[in-house]
Amino acid sequence: MAEVVNTLKREAARTGDSADKPQKPEKLYQARKKIFPKAVSGHFRRLKWTLATIFMGIYFILPWIRWDRGPGAPDQAVLVDLQHRRFYFFFIEIWPQEFYYVAGLLILAGIGLFIATSMVGRAWCGYACWQTVWTDLFMLVERRIEGDRNAQLKLEKQPWNAEKIFKRGLKHFVWILISFWTAFTFILYFGNAPDVTYWFFTGQAPFVAYSTVAIMGFITYLFAGHMREQVCIYMCPWPRIQGAMVDEDTLIVTYHDWRGEPRGSKRDRKKHPEVAFGDCIDCGWCVQVCPTGIDIRDGQQLACITCALCIDACNQVMEKIGRPQGLISYSSVRAYEKLTTGQMEQKEFGWRSFIRPRTLVYLAVWTLIAAGILVHLATRDRLQVNVIHDRSPLFVRLSTGEIRNAYTVRLLNMQLEPRDFRLSIVGLEGAKMRILGIDKPPARTFVIKVPGNKAKSLRVFVTMPKDKIREPREAFYFRIEALAPDGKVEESAEKKAIFEAPEK
Amino acid sequence: MAERERDEVTGTETTGHEWDGIKELDTPLPRWWLWTFYATIIWGIGYTLAYPSWPGLNTNFKGFLGTTNRMELHRELKAVQQARAEKLAGLEKASLQDIMKNDDLRTFATRMGEAAFKVNCVQCHQAAGRGAYGYPNLQDDDWLWGGTLEAIHYTITHGVRYNPETNEETRQSEMPAFGRDQILEPAQIEAVTEYVLKLSGQEHDARKAEAGAKVYMEDAGCNGCHGDKGEGNQELGAPRLNDQIWLFSGTREGIMKQVSEPQHGVMPAWKGKLDKATIKALTIYVYSLGGGVGS
Repeated sequence: MAEVVNTLKREAARTGDSADKPQKPEKLYQARKKIFPKAVSGHFRRLKWTLATIFMGIYFILPWIRWDRGPGAPDQAVLVDLQHRRFYFFFIEIWPQEFYYVAGLLILAGIGLFIATSMVGRAWCGYACWQTVWTDLFMLVERRIEGDRNAQLKLEKQPWNAEKIFKRGLKHFVWILISFWTAFTFILYFGNAPDVTYWFFTGQAPFVAYSTVAIMGFITYLFAGHMREQVCIYMCPWPRIQGAMVDEDTLIVTYHDWRGEPRGSKRDRKKHPEVAFGDCIDCGWCVQVCPTGIDIRDGQQLACITCALCIDACNQVMEKIGRPQGLISYSSVRAYEKLTTGQMEQKEFGWRSFIRPRTLVYLAVWTLIAAGILVHLATRDRLQVNVIHDRSPLFVRLSTGEIRNAYTVRLLNMQLEPRDFRLSIVGLEGAKMRILGIDKPPARTFVIKVPGNKAKSLRVFVTMPKDKIREPREAFYFRIEALAPDGKVEESAEKKAIFEAPEK
Repeated sequence: MAERERDEVTGTETTGHEWDGIKELDTPLPRWWLWTFYATIIWGIGYTLAYPSWPGLNTNFKGFLGTTNRMELHRELKAVQQARAEKLAGLEKASLQDIMKNDDLRTFATRMGEAAFKVNCVQCHQAAGRGAYGYPNLQDDDWLWGGTLEAIHYTITHGVRYNPETNEETRQSEMPAFGRDQILEPAQIEAVTEYVLKLSGQEHDARKAEAGAKVYMEDAGCNGCHGDKGEGNQELGAPRLNDQIWLFSGTREGIMKQVSEPQHGVMPAWKGKLDKATIKALTIYVYSLGGGVGS
């Protein structure tokens, strides 16, 4: 290893000291400049903390909420039961073949992102994204232990003495603790939370539980503690996609240069009394509070996650110097142009800009899909029948000359309670069936008890007298009906099957 | 090392090789590649420490993990066997009837029987026991030696005409060779063939069949085993003649051949070759194919 480092060092020295070295091509790699965002308070900071508390609260508490589903069924409100292939969400239970609901939810989430982006820009990035929320939490820890921006800068420059080791050590310890709990909470969604907790801490949990916690915890620690804004700037596709989503009415964090420029500090103003300075006193607070380390006064840029902390900072400054708030504010390109040319006052800009054909169309599509999913969910079948015809052989000739076909019939009871299913043959006149394991004479109808939340496989033999056979391949149906305790049919389903017979 | 020549355009050293005025640049390997390369070396060394590797004088180094893929396979197989042990014990203990009644055990037995059938039985009885010429179809309801659970179990255990000298319990019977041993005249054989055709409801010569009835009932005494109406006798493995199913052939020529020089099927006894649980599982599987009778 040391050899490599030396080689690299030599390489660096060699290319560095040659005086008449040719023009070097521009480096494609930009080293990270560490950011120490300053704490700020204000309207948007409060909103961000409120939302972060709600989102984290939901994430950390949800797996512990219980929901009684009766005996034998899991009582966790939200559970992804991979082992039994079921997904539980409060009163909804989804089987794997109903996975399209999840696809529907993903479509809703996608269009929801379109709506949010066309209305309020990158509100997702600034307020709701877990990268933002967890980074905020990690920064809070950092400030509580190391102090605010200036103290952090000082500590960074300090040699590694006891204070630095203690503070840095404590910070990383708390970060790791949070990362662990975040990852641990994730696995609770995949098993009964109290059981998983007990197994996990007594060493009985499966390997995948530990490896998941290790990987997720490490990523949380890495992303929220160390990489932070780099995830948004370099890794996340959303800043790139959003270019196609925004229009001139989308909310973006805007520096109003028409009232800010030319900027000048107190000293500048004293020095150049002849210049008519704008509102911006160039205090740099908007830059210091920025979690991605950009200067919003340079205009809209990819790295801006529209968290609006610069608005909070600038508003405080404007108040102090007695200028109207909103030198930096949420605005749109259209409003900005009108403001610049004096066609509009800043206070006139409001929520009306949300109502536009584009947002209305998004909203309508979203509502339609959501309604469709809800209606489908409310009226979906809670029973199913699958039929597999025996292929080897397709039919059997019995000693009386009768022809028999065998089928595997699967009855799915997708309700949590056991139910009586009536299985009958529809069509195929003259045929009768017999079910393996049921000691009853051949008939066209059987009533079978199917346990709740289970599928029952039956081996069914359908027999036709020789003289009743009409054609070599005759289609018919297996029909199942769920019977209520009073014998009324609750719901039913049918499955086509083929009866094979020899050519005459 | 002497100062090497440097390329003017890129500033990179050259290797000193030159072909027709073209010089080869000695571009250093990308850093990420180099680090990955060194990481694989370290990984490789770690691997030889973890697993059996370095040869010694008498034996090789066993590795600090103390495990090999083969040992892991054995462990996994053992775990599977342990997981099945309970069900296997249940299978051995329960009666055949009880297995049929227990959904869980029956499913287990059917699956296990299916697997055993595919290894041991399909060679003659064909896939899913649908049979072939001379080898009974196990899906239908026509049984030579009985289709109850017990009868099937007995047949699988002791076999059919299998080493009768040493295996006294095997299913045993033999049909006389009426033609080859000249017990019947050719005309009688022709007549009795017509009668058997009549029994099974096929086209036949009514006049000859009438003569054949006498041969069947009196001269040859076929009814002794095959029954007065050709209903067969499962005690003796005498096939039913009044149905549509034929072990060999149901044509005129086929029947005549069987009367004059009969063929006899042989099935191995599986006792001793397969364990008790497997034989039971096979019984349940064969019974469940659809031809199983009574309970």
